[in-house]
Amino acid sequence: MSLPAYSESAAAPVPKPAEVLPLRRKPPRFARRAAAILSGVAAQVLPPLVTLGVILLLWQGLSGDAAGGLPAPATIWLESRELIMDPFFDRGGVDKGLFWHALTSLQRVAIGFSFSAVVGVALGVLVGSSRFAHRSLDPIFQVLRTVPPLAWLPISLAALHEANPSALFVIFITAIWPIVINTAVGVRNIPQDYVNVGRVLRLSPPEYFVTILLPAATPYIFTGLRIGVGMSWLAIVASEMLLGGVGVGFFIWDQYNASRISDIVVALVWVGLVGFALDRLVALAGRIVSRGASAS
Amino acid sequence: MSSRAYLSIENLGVTFNAGQRASEVLKGVDLTVDQGEFISIIGHSGCGKSTLLNVVAGLVPVSHGAVILDKRAVDGPGPDRAVVFQNHSLLPWLTVYENVRLAVDKVFRGRKSRPERHAWTLHNLALVQMTHAKDKKPHEISGGMKQRVGLARALAMEPKVLLLDEPFGALDALTRANLQDSVMEIHAKLRNTVLMITHDVDEAVLLSDRIVMMTNGPAAEIGDIVRVELPRPRRRIEVDATPAYIAARHAVIEFLYARHTGLHAAA
Ligand SMILES: Nc1ncnc2c1ncn2[C@@H]1O[C@H](COP(=O)(O)OP(=O)(O)OP(=O)(O)O)[C@@H](O)[C@H]1O
Ligand SMILES: [Mg+2]
Repeated sequence: MSLPAYSESAAAPVPKPAEVLPLRRKPPRFARRAAAILSGVAAQVLPPLVTLGVILLLWQGLSGDAAGGLPAPATIWLESRELIMDPFFDRGGVDKGLFWHALTSLQRVAIGFSFSAVVGVALGVLVGSSRFAHRSLDPIFQVLRTVPPLAWLPISLAALHEANPSALFVIFITAIWPIVINTAVGVRNIPQDYVNVGRVLRLSPPEYFVTILLPAATPYIFTGLRIGVGMSWLAIVASEMLLGGVGVGFFIWDQYNASRISDIVVALVWVGLVGFALDRLVALAGRIVSRGASAS
Repeated sequence: MSSRAYLSIENLGVTFNAGQRASEVLKGVDLTVDQGEFISIIGHSGCGKSTLLNVVAGLVPVSHGAVILDKRAVDGPGPDRAVVFQNHSLLPWLTVYENVRLAVDKVFRGRKSRPERHAWTLHNLALVQMTHAKDKKPHEISGGMKQRVGLARALAMEPKVLLLDEPFGALDALTRANLQDSVMEIHAKLRNTVLMITHDVDEAVLLSDRIVMMTNGPAAEIGDIVRVELPRPRRRIEVDATPAYIAARHAVIEFLYARHTGLHAAA
């Protein structure tokens, strides 16, 4: 009560030190760290969110009400609200939430990609360590890797007869080339010093493979895996469109036939987010596995 | 020291074949080294010093002549000829301890038990004063420390010959002096047979029993050998003004800059 009167009547310099002192005291360490982390996250997350907002506003403004055209964000929200809000519903058949479609597609990618990782790394090691294998196989790989994923589909359907294995094969064949090529580069680039260490110690081929070749090539292998997983996700969506059944790819195709463009937009957001998560996951795995290996 | 040569390089010739063109790097190199002797090899850049060392290591095949170590001809690399490379060549994905342990496990498997191999690894890290950093990765330690670990890894193999290819070339003068002292101490303690390449005349004189001076390539050979008549143990501040030191130093400099200038090698 008396405080305002006091500060008004007293000389200005008197209360000042009392106000400044608490500010000078450093905030507790954890608070400072939390603030630093928060501002770091904000710097990462805010710009894309703002950009997204601007894009949505522009989209909304530009897309008017033309029937049959691209629906505006507000229209999508109205038409596909259930799809957005409940990814987990399951009414049997292919009438499921997007989570289930994405999960099915992810399972296919997991199987196909695992095969291409194992076979790709093995082939890459062979091509990278044997001059003869390099000469005979590399030109063939360079040609095959330019074949677009969907061009493999009729061939694999003809060879395998069934839809599911064909989809897996398309993923396998799409993802394998970057894995083979990057692994081979990594093996060929092992510094001569490391090779010499192995020779002086008389490491047996399996010992050399485990203690020197694999760790030295790991950063390259993960570059290949990262490109490969991205390509396999592209391939699965495309190949499911042709194959039917449960899966994000077929969901998109199905909604297109039913002229539900809003649902397609929602599915595309899912495709993008899942692909992004896959990429980050492989990158993270690579960082964990090759800790310190790249710095020498 | 001993009457019979421990390591002998006999009429050694090395020729590299690059496509159709063959380049003769070494020709008619003869050298005998006693057990426990410390030999430095000095010569202008590109004359073939590393090639000579790598032949003894077994990393480069002999084209002509032979290298005989402890009565057996060298034909391929092996842990009885441990190499410390100029750029340390520690495996970056292993810790300091693991780098040394890898060599210990490989060399002493079957001869030492697991706890003995652990103790031997730690013993060699202690020898180069690197125990404190045993759990660090190579990129977390300084250049001088990496060379110490490289040295520990080589010593841990209990090699017949220790091969050092410009081990301190990339280090600053103080770190280099420090490591030279360590190498002298270790050599006094273990009496290893050492072949060391260096560009540093003082380093050669301070550390060596004999300094091998190579002529310029191509087809380089041993031009002359200087014996350093300094008693051991040597301490740098005590020896560097003695007549023997000055004489050896002068002989090397005279060879390098008056008789075999690096001019046509550098051109
Ligand atoms: N694997 C190889 N194939 C072909 N030529 C080689 C090979 N290794 C070395 N040489 C050649 O042999 C010569 C001697 O090389 P070396 O590395 O032994 O020289 P050096 O005396 O160690 O030089 P520096 O002091 O610069 O290390 C050089 O001309 C080099 O080009
Ligand atoms: Mg060299």
